[in-house]
Amino acid sequence: MMRFMLLFSRQGRLRLQKWFTAISEREKKKIIREMTTMVLARPPRTCNFLRWKDLKIVYKRYASLYFCLGVEDEENELLALEIIHRYVELLDKYFGNVCELDIIFNFEKAYFILDEFLMGGEIQETSKQIVNRAIESSDMLQEPAPL
Amino acid sequence: MSPSVPLQEMIRAIRSARTQCEERGVIQRECAAIRAQFRNTDNEGRSHNLAKLLYVHMLGYPAHFGQMECVRMIASPRYSDKRVGYLGAMMLLDEKQDASLLITNSIKNDLSHSNQYVQSLALCTLACMGSAEMCRDLAPEIDRLLRSSNSYIKKKAALCAVHIVRKVRELGELFVPSARSLLSEKNHGVLHGAVVLITQLCEQSPETLERFRKTVPDLVQIMKGLVISGYSPDHDVAGVSDPFLQVRILRLLRILGRHNEAASDAMNDLLAQVATNTDSTKTVGNAVLYETVLTVLDIKSESGLRVLAVNILGRFLLNNDRNIRYIAMTSLQKIVVTDHIAVQRHRGTIVDCLKDQDASVKRRALELSLALVSASNIRSTMKELLIFLSSCPPELRAHAASGIFNAAERYAPSQRWHIDTILHVLTTAGADVRDETVPNLIQLITNTSELHCYTVHKLYRALLTDISQQPLVQVACWCIGEYGDLLLKGECQETEAVQVTEDDVLDALEIVLQSHMSTPTTRGFALTATMKLSTRIIDNVDRIRSVVSIYGSCIDVELQQRAVEYNALFKKYDHMRAAVLERMPVIQKNSVGQTNGEVGEETVKESQAAKVAQKEMALPPQPAGQVCDLLDLLGGSQEPLQPSSSLGGAASTQPTTAGGDLLDLLGGLEPTPPTPAPAVTVYEKNGVTLTISCEQQSDSGLTVTLTASNSSDSDISGFTLQAAVPKSVQLQMRAPSRDSLPANGAAKLTQLVILNNPNKVNLKMRIRVSYTSQGSAVQDMVQVDSFPGIGAAGL
Repeated sequence: MMRFMLLFSRQGRLRLQKWFTAISEREKKKIIREMTTMVLARPPRTCNFLRWKDLKIVYKRYASLYFCLGVEDEENELLALEIIHRYVELLDKYFGNVCELDIIFNFEKAYFILDEFLMGGEIQETSKQIVNRAIESSDMLQEPAPL
Repeated sequence: MSPSVPLQEMIRAIRSARTQCEERGVIQRECAAIRAQFRNTDNEGRSHNLAKLLYVHMLGYPAHFGQMECVRMIASPRYSDKRVGYLGAMMLLDEKQDASLLITNSIKNDLSHSNQYVQSLALCTLACMGSAEMCRDLAPEIDRLLRSSNSYIKKKAALCAVHIVRKVRELGELFVPSARSLLSEKNHGVLHGAVVLITQLCEQSPETLERFRKTVPDLVQIMKGLVISGYSPDHDVAGVSDPFLQVRILRLLRILGRHNEAASDAMNDLLAQVATNTDSTKTVGNAVLYETVLTVLDIKSESGLRVLAVNILGRFLLNNDRNIRYIAMTSLQKIVVTDHIAVQRHRGTIVDCLKDQDASVKRRALELSLALVSASNIRSTMKELLIFLSSCPPELRAHAASGIFNAAERYAPSQRWHIDTILHVLTTAGADVRDETVPNLIQLITNTSELHCYTVHKLYRALLTDISQQPLVQVACWCIGEYGDLLLKGECQETEAVQVTEDDVLDALEIVLQSHMSTPTTRGFALTATMKLSTRIIDNVDRIRSVVSIYGSCIDVELQQRAVEYNALFKKYDHMRAAVLERMPVIQKNSVGQTNGEVGEETVKESQAAKVAQKEMALPPQPAGQVCDLLDLLGGSQEPLQPSSSLGGAASTQPTTAGGDLLDLLGGLEPTPPTPAPAVTVYEKNGVTLTISCEQQSDSGLTVTLTASNSSDSDISGFTLQAAVPKSVQLQMRAPSRDSLPANGAAKLTQLVILNNPNKVNLKMRIRVSYTSQGSAVQDMVQVDSFPGIGAAGL
């Protein structure tokens, strides 16, 4: 299962954090700090997998954002890369040519999309179209914002 | 999709803050506003406020005052409120917070909501942060949803069930029937959820695993459908149909086939099919292949399939993608012990990966190469390893060096190769080798006596080039000290000899001694080596003497001690110097890896010298302590001979208190004369006969045996002998064999007397005999002037 997913910029600013296990705030902050330090320190042409404590860390850089997944030992690292890629595709489809600013200003939407794709540390839906349709339908349910 | 303008404005404001301080100010103002708005219950823009708070929370600022707002939002009938409320619950509430219990009821209600998206929110939140109590409360509800007809809900319920089972193991039983039936679904999302649920149930309980083994044929069918079927636009990823589902099924098959022949057989064909048919040009295909390989290697697969799997890994090793090389190495590392031969086939590629740029790939290549070393490939592998060592990252050096040493020790094709290899490592990575390398290498060198000349030449040359690598310098100093004469001889069979003069050698050692790069241990080595050379060279002994005396006032205590002792060796014990400093014998190794004190050999020599010095100094006082002016005491009066008897008494108490076989004790202690020395009768009266016999032990030592016997008719008891000798003679009486003499010579009494006559005076002995016979005490004295077995000229 996946333990957490973090998105952070090249300067180390957190853009999204999703935790799939129950851990304290202090522990979360510590992990965020360590992940950002570790991943940002990696030289350019190295492999995307790291070992950290008892977890495998899979990370990939898309433009100015680092996507970082912490997975348990039995997980398939190559598939984890695919999961990250699938999420980026979903964001891209939703926002249309997604960039970091989209995720900053619409962070709650990024969470909603993630919650349609992953759940409880596992993949929820393997079809891109179904996820997109679900998001669109949910959005339609949203009551209009007050003026 | 209406953007929440206030939220975006706030975000913009925060981002435009130029300093951390400014940002904090903005956030404090916003948080105050949000708090005010929370208190105001009648507010339609509530969701925006909470969203703002969540943004602030993500930046790392405290947001716990939003927890109750989350609870309120979740209870609201509006979907927008619920959405943000549940998001807030997942971010701010975890099972440790008390507020989390308050949302249990809301979740319960929402699980039965008419709108599937509301249901989905509740399911998602429960799966994310549901505590054990919440899970217990809501498990039946989830099970009900697992049986609903809505696949959107079913797939989420399945993953929710996974979370519940993780939190509360006992509830696993509840979900087994539903999980089983879900496998017949066509919807990929539901199928995926079902496979994950079954995997979780099987991992947790072996009995459940047994029951689910029956599903293997179904799983195989599903996989076959995915692999063979044509293009399915919904789930296709770069030509592979639903790789996520495929990988999950393969993982479940792995768990089911482990340790079970029948199940493994059932999946054999499928695995072979997947392995051969999957397109490996893209990462996706490789992900599926990787999972297949892991499964094949973990179940009881037939050997052909295993070879296929290892070959796939071998192909991965040649892949351009670094990630794939990395996972190939990790997998090979796991199986190198069990499938050694199969992995050996790819040894060349693995050794090539030592040159990869990525540090983790290099590390794994190193470990694999070391694991694959064998007698047949030792030379080529070692060449590569040594090249690697010279360019490897610093954190791997120590590991590489020790690995090389181990491999060299196990598989060295020749002694010279072994020594060369170790020297090479010491020159390239000398600073990172372990401490026991130095004594191990020294021991190896002493054992290879035919290569001493070669070794010392090589080491001398190495020492001239570089004295910064401490282990190398230490070994070089030791060798030069030991085999300096070979070095100076100037000829060598194995290598080109360097013409070295004594001054050159001493110069080299002095440079080491004085260099700031040398550690105290190294300087100790150098000093001792210089000292050893004093017996191996001819002309420059004075130079050595001066070096040694200089260090007699060195600040370092160890060096100072050595120098002082060596100085003493020059001055007072010069006659022993050659013996002390001669060639070391071959060092016996006690066990592998144990430092059996070779490092301490330097100090052993010192203590030997010190001990020898001590003994000589101790000897002179001894005679003074043992002088007994016996004859003077005896000469005038009848005073009992206290000194000798007390000495004899002291000596006798020990054996007598020990009891038992006095004769044996004495027999063991005393050096018994091999041939019976001639006995002379010195006293004969009343049936008591006393004879003495002597044996010369050494230049000044003499052993006198007194034998007494009783030829009378009555027993004698309490028989004691006392003896006195001239002033300068030392006397020691051993305990008598018995203290009674039975009648008619039934048993004899013997007593040994040890004499030491260093001044070689004329030896005389006065013996007093005392015993009890027939109730009365008898005392008598006899003087012995000549001792049989000794020449008349005296001792």
